[in-house]
This record gives sequence, structure tokens and C-alpha cells, in this order.
Amino acid sequence: MSDSPQDGTEEGPERLYVITSGRSSASNGLDLVTLIVARTVPTAGMQPEHAAILSLCQAPLSVAEISAHIGLPVSVVSVLISDLLDEQQVLTRPPVPPADLPDLSLIEKVIHGLQKL
Amino acid sequence: MAFKSSELAEPPNEERLPHTASAAVKVVIVGGFGVGKTTMVGSVSEIRPLTTEETMTQAGAGIDDRAGVEHKTATTVAMDFGRISISDELVLYLFGTPGQQRFWFLWNGLFEGALGAVVLVDTRRLEDSFDVMGRLEESGVPFVVAVNSFAGAPDHTLQELRSALDLPSDVPLMSCDARHRDSSRDVLISLMHYLHSLVATEPS
Ligand SMILES: Nc1nc2c(ncn2[C@@H]2O[C@H](COP(=O)(O)OP(=O)(O)OP(=O)(O)O)[C@@H](O)[C@H]2O)c(=O)[nH]1
Ligand SMILES: [Mg+2]
Repeated sequence: MSDSPQDGTEEGPERLYVITSGRSSASNGLDLVTLIVARTVPTAGMQPEHAAILSLCQAPLSVAEISAHIGLPVSVVSVLISDLLDEQQVLTRPPVPPADLPDLSLIEKVIHGLQKL
Repeated sequence: MAFKSSELAEPPNEERLPHTASAAVKVVIVGGFGVGKTTMVGSVSEIRPLTTEETMTQAGAGIDDRAGVEHKTATTVAMDFGRISISDELVLYLFGTPGQQRFWFLWNGLFEGALGAVVLVDTRRLEDSFDVMGRLEESGVPFVVAVNSFAGAPDHTLQELRSALDLPSDVPLMSCDARHRDSSRDVLISLMHYLHSLVATEPS
């Protein structure tokens, strides 16, 4: 059930370096559960990874899910999403709570949702 | 898997979130090897559990005890996760940490912003839980403890386990069966009630 998607060739560091043009994902503010939504559709000539993210995010999808579906590490996917953010091709819906304690109404909503399961 | 857009695994339509989804929260499930983390994620998730990964870079010396390795080593760590839609707007993600405890706290952004954690415990290997509970306390991540009962495990009362685990009386401790959806859901509900009590008593 928890098999890694990596069953063929390994993603070598060099290849990941090329996909991100050598940039790192340090502090771009994306969380594993930040929801990403496309504002556009993929166009011909786009870097394929960017196109793939846009087509995945026609409905909201978390950074973690994008990483899982594309089969690239979270840090690499974060850089690619940052590119799309810079070009205003995607929107983010940041996770709550940002840092501090969650508020009571949020917790109550989660309890209510879980009770319906 | 080498990336090719033609191979892209699109989420099935029924796994798409509604366009109204606007906020997400996360909970992390931790515990020793084989304690049922992946099972718990799978039993409550509304999507087939997925695996994401991160590449960790760390100094090799003192971490891997292979003699002479002092350069930085990159390790790929995989993480299982699942999803529960709480409402049309709110989504809960559950992350099941991989077995190698030393990596969990290196994964930037795994515990940051998490609502809390579930510590899964196998009574045959209580000692596996001490380290992780200590690390969660240090990181300020609230947690509840759920005891999975495996065949052949010694029969302890929760009270005995609480003292064996040296668990403060306010931290919820319960038994569960991670294979069952209702049981896993109840553990999550206990975590939320606990968080609620922490927030409600927080001096403001
Ligand atoms: N009896 C019993 N068996 C369980 C329970 N939860 C999980 N198992 C079984 O224990 C085995 C290991 O479960 P996993 O969910 O793979 O454990 P894990 O914590 O993800 O393991 P690692 O990722 O390898 O650390 C599986 O065969 C499960 O079916 C439980 O609550 N009770
Ligand atoms: Mg597992």
C-alpha cells in the first residue's frame, strides 16, 4: 500500500537540478497542504512539468498530492509551483493555521466533519 | 519513475476536491516500525493513500556510521498520506511518517503548522515511543497516544500503560485498531477534543 512510486529509474540529483534550473525551494512559503488552483490551462511549449501541474490543478490540489501524482520530491514541486505563481498561472490557498494555535471554531468544524464519517 | 507528462497519473474525477475547497489542515501519525501508521491513514482516507517524497541532505558523519563517510548524503524519504473532506471548504490531510524516526523532524514543514499528532504505540515495543513523544513535546506539537493491539501483545490496562509511558494525566490515551475506520476516526476525534481543551484553556 505504501509502495514508493519510484520503481523505475532513480531520480538522480542532476535531473532534479535541471528541472528546477538549479533553484532551491527555500522559504517560498508553500506548505505540504497549501492548496493550489490553476488560473489557466497548459499551453504548447510550456515546460512539461509546469503543464502537468496546471492540468492537475484545474480543481484545487495540495502540494503533497501534486508531488505524489507527478512523482517528484516536494522541494522540486515547490520550486515549479513558485514559477507558476510568479507568472500568475496558479493561485494558492494557504493552510490554516499559519503558525499559532488553531481557533476553536476550526477545531469544532473538524470534529463535526469527522463525526459524519 | 522518470517524469513524462504522458505517464502522469491524474487523480480520478471522484478524487477531485470541490472548487469551494479553500483551506486545509494536517495531522501527523507517528510511531515505531510496523505499528500501523500506513494502515491508519488508509482506513480513514477518502482517497487511495498516496506517497510523496522529499530529499533530505545531511552531514553523513555521525549519522550513518559507515566508517569514513563524511560528505553530505542525500536520502529520499517517502511519506504516506490520505485526505478527509471535512466540509465543502475544509480538508484534513493525514500524514503517516516513514519508519526512520531520525528523518521525521528533518522534513521541513511536516510538523510546522500541523494541528497535532497521533502517536501509535505497540505494547510489545513501548520503548519505541519515548523518543518520538519527547521530540513532539520539544517541538510543541500536541499529541494523543493510541495503543494498537496486536496478537500476542501483553495485556496491560491503559492505566498501567500511562505510567509505563510516563504520560501526563491530561494527554489522552486510548486503545484502537488502526485497521478499522471507526476506530481510527475516534482517535482523530479525541485529538481534536484535546486540542479544543488546550485552546479553550489557553490564557489570552
Ligand atoms: N492486530 C492489529 N494489526 C494491525 C493494526 N494496525 C496495523 N496492523 C497490521 O500491522 C502491519 C503493519 O502495519 P503498517 O500500517 O504497515 O505499519 P506502519 O507503521 O506503516 O509500518 P512502517 O511504515 O514500516 O513503519 C500490517 O500487517 C497491518 O495489517 C491494529 O490496529 N491491530
Ligand atoms: Mg508505513
